[in-house]
Formats: sequence, structure tokens, C-alpha cells
Amino acid sequence: MKLEILLFGIAREIVGSSRVQFDLDAPLDVKAFKLILEEKYPRMNHLSYYKVAVNQEFAKDEQLLQQGDEIALIPPVSGG
Amino acid sequence: MSELIHITDQPLDIKQVTALVAAPSLGGVNVFVGAVRNQTKEKKVIRLEYEAYEPMAISEMKKIVQQVKEKWSQASIAIHHRIGLLQTGEAAVIIAVATPHRADAFAACQFAIDTLKETVPIWKKEVFEDGEVWVSAHP
Repeated sequence: MKLEILLFGIAREIVGSSRVQFDLDAPLDVKAFKLILEEKYPRMNHLSYYKVAVNQEFAKDEQLLQQGDEIALIPPVSGG
Repeated sequence: MSELIHITDQPLDIKQVTALVAAPSLGGVNVFVGAVRNQTKEKKVIRLEYEAYEPMAISEMKKIVQQVKEKWSQASIAIHHRIGLLQTGEAAVIIAVATPHRADAFAACQFAIDTLKETVPIWKKEVFEDGEVWVSAHP
């Protein structure tokens, strides 16, 4: 299963690109995905927090990620 | 731009945003302007760089409009946010709210900006003379 992740702000700088692809064996939920992500990009752990958005909605930890979903990392927002 | 919710890399126009919500029955019009400060913790800010996850930011801003209308049924609200490179003093966000009476206009406008700062996926980086920082990113 291929997941393409959109990156913004400091998450884009940590990963070094505005998009990154993950090739995964089995479907997994947001919580499991974050562990894989943090293993590859440990600096994500240093953020105050970050959320995952699926199809432009904030996702809960137990939401399953599917191939074709629009997935984005949302580091702490600072608009306004 | 005549849209009530708008993200642009062009300078924002207070008069234009205000005109979007004005109506003869709405006697209280409250406009909040969030501008780029020239210093943070006594460090001089040279400029700010804003970026948005645009489709989701629009969708989250629509939710704010919906919540405002649920809480203040007669409210009319417009939210314009700028992205890209901003110099100090420039407006990053303008929120205009009109309601029949002033108390609701103040309350709804405060609710809208407070919620925007919590939920809308927009990020700013402060650029100083000797470095740069993504605002709120680290504890």
C-alpha cells in the first residue's frame, strides 16, 4: 500500500520535501503511522504536537489510512 | 475579492472585507485586523512567511462561519487571510462581523479569531536578523 503525505511548515522542513511517499505492507491507523513516521524523522518528536489530516479533516488516532487518501501532517498551526 | 472566505497572496483590504458584511439591519460591525509585529521576545522581526494547506484551511474557515451563525443567528461574517511574504505592519488576517447590536459583533469576532488560531492549517515563520522560527512549533 502506497501512502502519499503532504507536508507543510516545519514538517516540510524536517522531511525536506513538500510530499513524501510511504510504502507499507498492511493498512494501518493514524497512531501506527505516526510511530513509523517518527522513527524515520525523529525531529517530528520535538514538536509541541502534530496532527494528521485525512481528506482535509483532522483524523483520530484509530482512523485507518487507505491508499488514495489525501493525508497531510499538520504541525502546530500559527495563522492570524 | 467578493468572497466571504478568502486566502490570497495579495495585500488585504479592510474596506472591502467590511463592505462584505454590512447590511442596513446590522448596526454593530466589528473588524479585527491581525498585523505582523515588528518584534518577538525583544528580537527584531524582519518579515513573516505564511503558508497554508489551502483547501483544508478554506474548509476549516467555513466551519468557523457555520459555528458563528449557529451561535449568533443573524451574524454576517467574512474572513480573509493572507499568505506568502509579509512585511511588519501588514495585515495577515481580517475578520469582519456584523450583527444587529454591538455586543454580539465583538463576541462573534473574538470567537472567530480565537478558533482560527486553533484549527485553521496556516503556518507562519518569523525571520529575524540572525535566524528564523516556525511560530508555536516547539514547546
